[in-house]
This record gives sequence, C-alpha cells and structure tokens, in this order.
Amino acid sequence: MSLQEAENAIIEEFSMYEEWLDKYEYLIELGKSLKDYPESEKTDDKLIKGCQSRVWLSHKVEDGIIRFNADSDAIITKGIISLLIGLYSGRTAQEILSSDFSVVEKIGLKENLSPTRANGLVSMIGRIRDIAKCNL
Amino acid sequence: MDVNYIRSMFPALSRKVYGKDLVYFDNAATSQRVQSVIDEWNRISAESNANIHRAVHRLADEATQAYEQARDAVRGFLNAGSREEIVFTSGTTAAINLVAFSYGEAFVSEGDEVIVTEAEHHSNIVPWQLMCRRKGAVLKVLPVDDNGCLETDKLDDLISPRTKIMAVTHISNVLGIVNPVRDIVRKCHEKGVPVLVDGAQGAVHCKVDVQDLDCDFYVFSGHKLYAATGTGVLYGKKRWLDAMPPYMGGGEMVGTVTFAETTFAPLPMKFEAGTQNFASAATLKQAIKFINLLNDNKLEEYYNGIRDYLLDTLTSDSRIRLYGVPCGTNEEKIPLFSFSVDGVHHEDLALILDKMGIAVRSGQMCAEPLMDRFGVTGMLRVSVAPYNTMEEAEYFVKCLNKAIEMLS
Ligand SMILES: Cc1ncc(COP(=O)(O)O)c(C=O)c1O
Repeated sequence: MSLQEAENAIIEEFSMYEEWLDKYEYLIELGKSLKDYPESEKTDDKLIKGCQSRVWLSHKVEDGIIRFNADSDAIITKGIISLLIGLYSGRTAQEILSSDFSVVEKIGLKENLSPTRANGLVSMIGRIRDIAKCNL
Repeated sequence: MDVNYIRSMFPALSRKVYGKDLVYFDNAATSQRVQSVIDEWNRISAESNANIHRAVHRLADEATQAYEQARDAVRGFLNAGSREEIVFTSGTTAAINLVAFSYGEAFVSEGDEVIVTEAEHHSNIVPWQLMCRRKGAVLKVLPVDDNGCLETDKLDDLISPRTKIMAVTHISNVLGIVNPVRDIVRKCHEKGVPVLVDGAQGAVHCKVDVQDLDCDFYVFSGHKLYAATGTGVLYGKKRWLDAMPPYMGGGEMVGTVTFAETTFAPLPMKFEAGTQNFASAATLKQAIKFINLLNDNKLEEYYNGIRDYLLDTLTSDSRIRLYGVPCGTNEEKIPLFSFSVDGVHHEDLALILDKMGIAVRSGQMCAEPLMDRFGVTGMLRVSVAPYNTMEEAEYFVKCLNKAIEMLS
C-alpha cells in the first residue's frame, strides 16, 4: 500500500466511529499492540518533549528504509504514536517527506486533543520528519 | 436556597461539552464566574471605563470608587485591620513575588535562611529561590509525611537565628488538607520569624481572619474565588509593608518625582504601580458578596456530603492511591482529591473523562517537588465547588470506573 493509500485507509477507519470514546477505544487497542520497545532505548535523546506523558521514538535504517519503534507511559499517547508508526515505518525518507501529515487533522485527532497534547502530537510528527530529513 | 439555585448563578455550568452536560471538577485551577461578577465587569467596561485615581472627571470617579470599594470588601473578607494593608496584585503569584522581592531587599542578606514546605505550589517556591540566589541566602524545606500532612514537629529544629521568613500554603492545591497555619505562625513568631501564608486555596475554603491567624502576609487569587481573572490580593501587616521598598516603580505609586529624588505614595498605592486592572479588581466585591451569601445559607452540609462520599469512595478502592489523607481528627480535608490509579496513566484518565463531559486536572499540578516526594510523574485531581452536585459526584465515580476498565 502506498503511503497515501494507507493514510486514506486510516481516515476511513476512523470515520466509522462516531463517538470519541470509541475512537479512544481504538487508539487504546493500537497502543496495546505496540510491544517490545527495549528499556535500554528509553534514553533522553529518544524522548519527545511536549507531552504530559513521555514518548520515546527510536529508528533503524536498512537499505534506505526507515523503521520506527516507540513506547509511551500513557496508553492513548502510545496509540497515537503507534498509528503514526503504522503509517510511516517501513518507508523511505522521500515517501515520509512527501506526506503533509494532514491525516491527523482529517481524523480529528488534533482538534480533539487539548492544546498541551496537540503540542505533543506536533512534536511526534516533527521528530518523524526530522529523522526522515537526516536520512534523505 | 439550594444547589440548583447556586448553579443558576453560573452561566458556564449550563453548557454542554461533546453533547454532554459539563461536569466542572477543576475548580482548584480556576472557578467558574458568577453572573454578578460578569455583570460588574461589563458594567464598568461599558459605563465607567476611565483610569483610576488620576482624573477629576465623573467616569474616573466611578471607576475609582468601584476599585476602592472592592478593597474595602477584601478588607472585611480577611478581617484586616485597615484598608492600607490590602494591596491589589494580578494574582497569588504576583503577590508572592512582590513580597519575596521587597521583603528580601529590606531584610535578607547573605547566609540568611528562608523556610518553605514540601507541599508548596511552584509559585511559593520559585520566587523565594530567586530571592535566595540574589541575596546569597539558603532555602530550607519543611517535609510532609506519607499521608501528606506537614511535619510541623520538625519546624523548631528548622528555624535558626538566621531564618528571616517562612512561606507556607494554607491548603495545598494537591493534598487538600488544611494546614495548621495558626500554630505555625505562633511557633515562628516565638522565634521572631514572620510568616507568609499562600491562601490561593485557603481563601476559597476557609473563613480567614488575618488578625486571628496573626500571619504577616496572606495572599490569594480572585479567579479561584469566582471573580475575574488577573486579580489578586496581598494582605501585609502595615509595619512590614511600610518597611519594604517598592517592587515596581511607575505612575501613581509616587509622592514627588524629580531626577534627583523620588518619594513614594503611602500604602497601599506604593505597591500598585501603573494602571491597575480595575475592572477586574472591582469584581472582587461581587465575588465576596456571593461568598457571604453561601455562608449565610448553610449549604455546608450538602457540600460536605459530597466530600465524604468522594473520600469514602476513593479510599475504599484498592486500585486507587489517594494523596492527602487526613490522618487524625485534627485535619480538615477539603473536597479536593489527587490520586493515581495502579497501572493507569493520569493523562489517559483525564482524556477519557473529558470525553464524558468531566473536566478534571492531570499532571504535576505545579508541584513537582511533591510529585517527587510521592514518586509519581503526575496525578489526577478532582476539585469540587459549592455549585457541584451529588449527582455529578456519582456520575464521576461511574465514569472513573468505566475509564479504568477501558485502560486496564
Ligand atoms: C496553592 C496555590 N498557590 C499558588 C497558586 C498560583 O496562583 P495564580 O496562578 O493565580 O497566581 C495556585 C494556583 O494554581 C495554588 O493553588
């Protein structure tokens, strides 16, 4: 699936849930599915600032393909980063940077987070883009 | 008069969020505004908007009167000895900064000591730290025990001949226990140490009598007390305020100004430099009127019923760890509960409760040292006001259970 197709699929998936609580339920499940982030990778350089909760994002590059891994101490935040990883992991830097990341607005994630949490989301996206830029 | 009548005086309480009735349980951060406060602010803005204390014209006179009447109302509210002892500030934080600076300039030098407690809001820590750094003084800390009660028996050892002031919160915004400030003041005074009481929460929940407390400074914010935001009060004993240099220089705080020498206006204007937030400050009078109405109508029983219900529910749930548990019969707990839930992040809980229409606080609550003391990165806090209902408390408990289930 191309990145754009994957983004559209997520937008469609989210539109099926009318109630925000159901969307959270979905994010919580996504969060729970994200596993095996090593404790040794929970270092300050991988920590993303701007959230009440802590988020760690690590990555590996193989043959031009960037693979992300992440963890958070809060499950909804973990669900959000899991969603982002689902979209952007396993892609090239060029693919990642071709996205305008409007998917988070289209699924209503941004406007439904408090500003403090929206900052966290912006920081997560910023980190993903920075990593992509460094690997162009 | 019942709680529904009280509710009808607060327009914000009838709104909905995400299609659900708003349950506002973040009152310790800021309270909702009573209609009379909103009306007063609008009235001054619409009819009597003029710079206070300066001009002789009619509008200026009206604005000045509204502002000064609020000062009289605050004097009565705190039972201060005189109106000169009531200084308007932009809030608790500004008032503490004023004292830390001006008192520090006059009375603190290198090697001196300042005492705060482990339960303080950052606003009652950082200004003292800044002052200590400027003066080469040392900050000392009175600890809290595992229940969140101040270890006041350690105070005697903490006070030394170098102690110049103690700052203590009347009620912590995290723990919700009324601290024995009267005893603390007495102990400090025995050794000649003045005391500043942070009344940001205390002024909301306790009947304050500064002469009876005998504290040297008492500070609070209007916005937690149903008044407009950007308002606050510094009560200071006249002898201290007289002996302290001004905090800020500017218009209206002066006697005569020449380039060689400036003399200062008498109290309280000496500490009110520049154009004041008069339309907002004036609303303190209406807010105090509202509080007096509450006190006259004996709604305490209902209010305390909500507190007891939440205290029982939260302490009897094994998944929940409550911080600030009254340990003896001496401690009074206000309806403010900070807690954590095993294996569940406070932010997740707050987010889900928000979607259920319930506004609560999550995070460090501007008290990082206290978070460290209890070994947590943050907590969830519910804080109840006299306009909240038992039904809201029951709905909250139901939603909390549901949120915990979703997240475990
Ligand atoms: C105990 C305590 N002290 C100080 C403050 C600071 O008040 P303000 O932000 O209104 O200056 C608060 C409010 O958050 C508080 O609860």
